Amino acid sequence: MMQDFLKSRHPITELCGATRLGHFGRSQFYIALKLIAIAQSGLPLRVESLNSVKDLPLPRFVVGKNEAEARHAALYQDADSQGLYPAPGTALIPRPPGRGHQNKKGPPSSTSLPAHEVIQPLAPSIEAQPEPTSPVISPHQSPPTSPHSWRKHKRQHSGGNADRQQVVAAAGAVWTQFREPQTGPVTGDGMWSSHSPPPPLPPSQESWVSFTADTPPSSTLPAMHPSSVQESTTIRTVASAATTNEIQRQSSGYDDPWKITDEQRQYYINQFKTIQPDLTGLIPGSAAKEFFTKSKLPILELSHIWELSDFDKDGALTLDEFCAAFHLVVARKNGYDLPEKLPESLMPKLIDLDDSAEVPEPAAEVGYSASPVEVTPNKSPSMPSLNQAWPEMNQSNEQWETFSERSSSSQTLTQFDSNIAPADPDTAIVHPVPIRMTPSKIHMQEMELKRTGSDHNHPTSPLLAKPPELSEETKLPPSMKFVAANTVGDGYSSSDSFTSDQEPITRQRSQSGASPEALKVVAPPPPPPRPQQSHSRSSSLDMNRTFAAPAAPGQPQPSAIAFPPAVPPRPLPTQSSVPLTGHRVEAEGVPAGGAVLTTTSPQQIPQQPNFADFSQFQAFAASEQPSSLPDIDKHSEAGQADKISEGAGPLRAVKSDGPADERTSATVNSAKGSSGPLAPPPKPVRRRLKSEDELRPEDEQIGPQKAGAIAAPLTSQPSIPRSIGKDKKAIQASIRRNKETNTVLARLNSELQQQLKDLLEERISLEVQLEQLRPFSHL
Amino acid sequence: MFHICLLMFSPQNYPLYIRSVPSQNELKFHYTVHTSLDVVEEKVSAVGKSLADQRELYLGLLYPTEDYKVYGYVTNSKVKFVIVVDSSNTSLRDNEIRSMFRKLHNSFTDVMCNPFYNPGDPIQSKAFNGIVSGMMVQTG
Repeated sequence: MMQDFLKSRHPITELCGATRLGHFGRSQFYIALKLIAIAQSGLPLRVESLNSVKDLPLPRFVVGKNEAEARHAALYQDADSQGLYPAPGTALIPRPPGRGHQNKKGPPSSTSLPAHEVIQPLAPSIEAQPEPTSPVISPHQSPPTSPHSWRKHKRQHSGGNADRQQVVAAAGAVWTQFREPQTGPVTGDGMWSSHSPPPPLPPSQESWVSFTADTPPSSTLPAMHPSSVQESTTIRTVASAATTNEIQRQSSGYDDPWKITDEQRQYYINQFKTIQPDLTGLIPGSAAKEFFTKSKLPILELSHIWELSDFDKDGALTLDEFCAAFHLVVARKNGYDLPEKLPESLMPKLIDLDDSAEVPEPAAEVGYSASPVEVTPNKSPSMPSLNQAWPEMNQSNEQWETFSERSSSSQTLTQFDSNIAPADPDTAIVHPVPIRMTPSKIHMQEMELKRTGSDHNHPTSPLLAKPPELSEETKLPPSMKFVAANTVGDGYSSSDSFTSDQEPITRQRSQSGASPEALKVVAPPPPPPRPQQSHSRSSSLDMNRTFAAPAAPGQPQPSAIAFPPAVPPRPLPTQSSVPLTGHRVEAEGVPAGGAVLTTTSPQQIPQQPNFADFSQFQAFAASEQPSSLPDIDKHSEAGQADKISEGAGPLRAVKSDGPADERTSATVNSAKGSSGPLAPPPKPVRRRLKSEDELRPEDEQIGPQKAGAIAAPLTSQPSIPRSIGKDKKAIQASIRRNKETNTVLARLNSELQQQLKDLLEERISLEVQLEQLRPFSHL
Repeated sequence: MFHICLLMFSPQNYPLYIRSVPSQNELKFHYTVHTSLDVVEEKVSAVGKSLADQRELYLGLLYPTEDYKVYGYVTNSKVKFVIVVDSSNTSLRDNEIRSMFRKLHNSFTDVMCNPFYNPGDPIQSKAFNGIVSGMMVQTG
């Protein structure tokens, strides 16, 4: 229909840009209409006049244009269009597609109020128009230059005038209703009267047409008029936005019946401000209730609207919620049925976890009185999913982390176990032997090796005696267990040199691996370094293992390993031992730092003052084993740090010959017996000796290395081990204590870690269960 | 088909909400529930400290023939929920009943938050109905 108009190259067409576009877009259409009004009112046809002239009389069109224009108007659902079409324009007023059109009172005219601007001039004309029988033929004067084509169309449609009239009337009614909410009586309510029209009605020619079939709303029009007139002014004030812009916006939103236009939203915001000046604040339930009660909707419907709009279920309305509620009320008043679910366009955008957390607070602050006492914080069902989802995700992450940790920890555990294997016989801590399968095997191997190599492994009969205490964990020969048992230090009975020797070794292990296990079993009493204990020969074996496993130089390594556990001040050894044993380091790293000797013992050895002694001892031992033994003993007793002794032990073991080892062990034993307080220190030393002895046959190669290593520290120190040892007794004792403490703490830590992981697993499982149950809550 | 009935009573013991599946047995449920109210009252008043008792399992009202299980739940504001289920419905475990009560309580809380709802009025909330229907369908 507009084709002709377009082709007419009418100045209006050009002005509105339709010519440029080649078609009448919505905005163009509105602009054209406005221009027509301008032209009709005799004003110069200028683009500026579009915005400047607000009081344009509504363009009057010949009837004929109704249908086409009505369709357009319906499409546009714009007040502008409605306004622009006085009588016929009214017909254009889009009626709600299918809903509420029975409600003659006010098919929601979706056009926004701002559009009323243009309509303003129409008001009077419309009022007059509905009355005429042929309201369609509104133009009291034929448009001067305006679209003749329109006129043609109008004439064409004149056949449908009857309908048009109805439509027009209805449109007029709608339009007037536009000004005033459906409830006529509400006119008095300024708020409501000025209420912006309901959401843009979806274009629906069919429904619109059907609307025409409805009883002419003309009857309602008269009633509307007065109020509409009254409200026109109010509306006017409210609707001040540029019509063109609004038109455009409206045109974009017409496809969503629930979309709030900008002017509507602005209106809502203004209303919100009247209740709550702070736009970021909340409207308490009671205030909202009063507000919406004014709309005269049934309480039940208002209740339903509230349910829909109060997204976070906090009993208060945020700005978005308020707009949604207002929109729903308007829609309902205009005949729309309330949806079962909140339309997406009305969903509050602010909802997210943060808001959900915040909303309850402001709600609380607002102190809405409507909320009953029993309102529990567990509202916001919309949130739970999010909240739950996130924690679940976090948990899943934690799970993964946990798993990874667990896996790693399990590995460490295994290693720990191996190290810890021989729990303190005194503590009777039966560490999870099974864990140590691997190490036990290794231990076994080492044991075998040692057995093959040394007889003195067995001389640790006292050690053997002890093993039963330790034994469960390690299936290693009792000697080994014994060693482990003694590691703790408490178990450092002066009974056996083996234990003493083993202690450092076992201590290493226990410290490293035992901690988790030990913690599990017994928190306080640190399990003796079983692995080390396990090698009475195991000590030496462990040494071997630690050394051999990681690197070729098994013997030197064992000695190196032996060193670390002995000395807290020697974290390096433990660290170094890690490469050797891999796990050991971790295990031992936890407790006394010196738990694990690094293969690169030479560097570490020097750190341990005692090593010097050991090296000396070893040197002596190597040279004169028998004599060295007492020296060794003394040294050990002298107070070489346990770790040192442990370190020395391996060294000695490596270096000392078998018999020397035996002697040393014997001496160690004696020394141990003698030196009660020094028991711990000597033991590792002796163990070392033994291990050294044991390792000797195997680690002869290493021996020299160790010797070198030991020599280094030895050389660093004066050659009077005895004196030094004495001085170091106290140090060693303190070191030992610290070491034990570290071991205990390490074990505690590992056990707690394990518990934590277990709990996390449980938590995960519970989350899963909750997730399974959750679908029900969505019902 | 399993029978299940849900009733809600105000602190004054007049019903706020009644729903049952299938619907034709409501009367029978009402009788059962009213008798159970006595027990609920007794429990509520007796245990002064456990006013926050989330749940009470009431198995005493098992008719030898009808074999119903009646569960009770009291909120902090003395609003009582009662669920009656068939004993033949063995799939309903205790924790399921608890979860049902919890959901009901949450939904009831949402209803209460509606400023247009007057405490004591029968509950006509569609959302509430939806949740209850879902629960019934799920358990029934």
